[in-house]
Amino acid sequence: MTGTVGFLMLVHASLGRGAQVARHWCESGCPVVVHIDARVGPEDVAAFRAAVAGLDNLRFARRHRCDWGTFSIVAATQAAAETMLAEFPEVNHIFLASGSCLPLRPVPELRDYLARHPDTDFIESVTTADVAWATGGLDTERFTLRFPFSWRSHRRLFDAYVRLQRRIGFRRRIPEGLNPHLGSQWWCLTRATLSAILADPRRREFDRYFRRVWIPDESYFQTLARRHSSRIESRSLTLARFDFQGKPHIFYDDHLQLLRRSDCFVARKIWPKAERLYEAFLSNDPQVTKNAEPNPGRIDRLFAQATERRTRGRPGLRMQSRFPRQGWENGRTCAPYSVFQGFAELFEGFETWLEKAAGGRVHGHLFAPARVEFAGGERIYNGCLSDSAALRDYDPEGFLVSLIWNTRGERQCFQFGPADRQEVADFMLGDRNASLSVITGAWAVPLHHSGRDFAEVRAEAARLQAVEARLVRRLREHWVRAGVRIWPLADFVAAPVEPLQAILAEVAPQDGRRLAELPRMRDLTGFAAFLQRLRNEGMNPHLAGDFTADLVPPRQGREAERRRARG
Amino acid sequence: MGLLRSYRLRLQRKRWRIRAFRKRRELSPRADRTDRIRPGDILLFATVRNEKVRLPYFLSYYRNLGIRHFLIVDNGSTDGTAEYLAAQEDVSLWGTGASYRRARFGTDWMNWLLSRHGSGHWCLTVDADEFLIYPFCDTRPLPALTDWLDASSIRSFPAMLVDMYPKGPIDAVPYREGQDPFEIAAWFDSGNYTIRRNPRLGELWIQGGPRARAFFADDPARAPALNKIPLVRWQRGYAYVSSTHSLLPRGLNLVYDEWGGEKASGCLLHAKLIDTFGPKAEEELERRQHYAASHEYRAYLAAMRQTPDLWCKWSERYINWRQLEILGLMSKGNWA
Repeated sequence: MTGTVGFLMLVHASLGRGAQVARHWCESGCPVVVHIDARVGPEDVAAFRAAVAGLDNLRFARRHRCDWGTFSIVAATQAAAETMLAEFPEVNHIFLASGSCLPLRPVPELRDYLARHPDTDFIESVTTADVAWATGGLDTERFTLRFPFSWRSHRRLFDAYVRLQRRIGFRRRIPEGLNPHLGSQWWCLTRATLSAILADPRRREFDRYFRRVWIPDESYFQTLARRHSSRIESRSLTLARFDFQGKPHIFYDDHLQLLRRSDCFVARKIWPKAERLYEAFLSNDPQVTKNAEPNPGRIDRLFAQATERRTRGRPGLRMQSRFPRQGWENGRTCAPYSVFQGFAELFEGFETWLEKAAGGRVHGHLFAPARVEFAGGERIYNGCLSDSAALRDYDPEGFLVSLIWNTRGERQCFQFGPADRQEVADFMLGDRNASLSVITGAWAVPLHHSGRDFAEVRAEAARLQAVEARLVRRLREHWVRAGVRIWPLADFVAAPVEPLQAILAEVAPQDGRRLAELPRMRDLTGFAAFLQRLRNEGMNPHLAGDFTADLVPPRQGREAERRRARG
Repeated sequence: MGLLRSYRLRLQRKRWRIRAFRKRRELSPRADRTDRIRPGDILLFATVRNEKVRLPYFLSYYRNLGIRHFLIVDNGSTDGTAEYLAAQEDVSLWGTGASYRRARFGTDWMNWLLSRHGSGHWCLTVDADEFLIYPFCDTRPLPALTDWLDASSIRSFPAMLVDMYPKGPIDAVPYREGQDPFEIAAWFDSGNYTIRRNPRLGELWIQGGPRARAFFADDPARAPALNKIPLVRWQRGYAYVSSTHSLLPRGLNLVYDEWGGEKASGCLLHAKLIDTFGPKAEEELERRQHYAASHEYRAYLAAMRQTPDLWCKWSERYINWRQLEILGLMSKGNWA
């Protein structure tokens, strides 16, 4: 094995950690050139020098003031690289790192790895057309616009100037022979390539050009390496990931196992107080050697999930740090549920039947005026939801959202009707997780059986019909997202099997059960006469449909005959 | 937001600050160790009254999280609270016998100490029975969170109150000094909270939990607010408006995402409902020093006589922050 790897280290904060890592590399036989940001105060620099005192393979580069997103970072890197090339002729590969980088694998392993790839430059380098990560829409424009204003301190001027240049169609000329590439700032180049970049006869021209490019530390070496390298492996040996705002993800003590299994050589950024990480990784313990290829997949997944959580969130969750505006819920509720209107009125023991036939949880009228009728008559339900009507009516939408959230993994079904509180209706209709099955006019069946004073019954019927008619009208609005099935009572009574089958398929889609047993329909003897009496009293129960046919003596029932033949 | 409205809020903020400035005279220093505060220290602010029995665990809990200095107002304790606190090396203590209610339930005192000593620091303002839980709190100290918030340009961090309660009557198991109160009050409600947005200050108004269902089932609007923003990178000019529920300027209240995403948030486990609660409620009712003529405490006492057990079969037993995250009470946001 000839030659070794040398590290360029750019530090600007938490210098103590930088010194610790620099010492580790030096003592492992790798030369280090440190660039300390010119803004770092003299005491901190003195402390750093003291911490690395006595290391004969460590040098300091000429100091530049580094501003994020400007050429000063490239200038600092160039200065450090020149020192490295001049002072350490035995160095074959030059590895660019920062003060918050941490080596994850023993240095000898890295050295072996590089010795196996003697002429390879490890630098992520992608054409602007193919980058996926550039935030803010500036990819090609990084190279064709001017950026005289700082993005950090003068964001508005920066944006305004970019807009102005776009409007007047300003474009900078890219120097001939350059094909702009972008990539991670952290690379590992061969001596040959790095020397060629620094000794390029047109370097003054290139530097002048890149001085006005936006974030040149992600493009200078990435572009010029394409000019000089014989063999580019377009990936970084440094594990560095950015979140959706473009700020680096940070590693903490609890990432120890994850980092270890990633088999990456160097990771960035490490939280400076992550004591356990520094303790665990700043050793050349040969036991952790695996000679595996770097595999950051698990870490990428972790960070992708974090971004997903931040940008999309958990559908159907309302909480203290997620309270979407209307239309941005990404799902008003978290899971599908079924709402039945008129079924419990038409069938005896409909809830029990449905629970038996299809599974899931079948509640009574959750929005009944007196109390919440949870399944099994429970006073308190999942998530400690109370059956108090006052608590529910304080925020009916929130109540429904909470119920569906609390019962994730179990399909909820409940009864609804014109006698219930209606505030939640519009919310359900706009929810694509809701499916409503409505038998219109079914509210008349219990009225028929109630035996109450007829004047009272008539008034109640008028009220219920008005409420239901409003719902039926709204079912046809353009903003309705819920799945809706609707039958007039007369039609449903004539042919109940098919709709019930469809409902079972919806509530329990996976186990295509056939209808084994029909729920028992309430006795409708005299029902047609009851409706007729309502009509006679001046109240037309039109939502129940055309009932005369089915229930009058067969001699007059041609309509009913025809319908039976069809069904 | 209109210019006029924004100007009105500005005036209001100034009024709260002037009020805090005037109320400073009510505070007399008992042990002023604020010269030991170093730049970057995380500070804790609290108002206490007769909390001697709770304080040892409280202090050790927050010391472990990484609080470097406690700034505490003692409101006329008679149980040795002041003496105990004054003897702690990392506590600065002020005493006052003035009215808690007329200091807007201590908010004015807190605002004064915050503006005086909090500027430039991350400041946690909590009560002696509130314990902060945040994402990764079992593996990362509080400075990891505040460093991350700094890097993300986030100035305030929300943590809603989660009322914890024991199984059985709340006064069945006596609390011992120094004990983890959640050994007794290990249970909570996981999903009966209501949220609405206050259009004026932009904060979310959260109610619910065991107190709402047991004490306010007939009058939910009066149930106590559970939304809190206890952790703030303080700047001169900030002011808490009512308790730690909301702040001015109002941008500090926008701790939630409105476009479907989740911001990072924590929880304050509330160890109020243990055996110290009954006597406290009686005392507070007598003093009439609490919000809305102590309506809350009256409701408690009335209900406590009938239903002393808040536990039900749907109660969740507290395990760790990941459980609270999965249940949707708090979120990691994009902190990974």
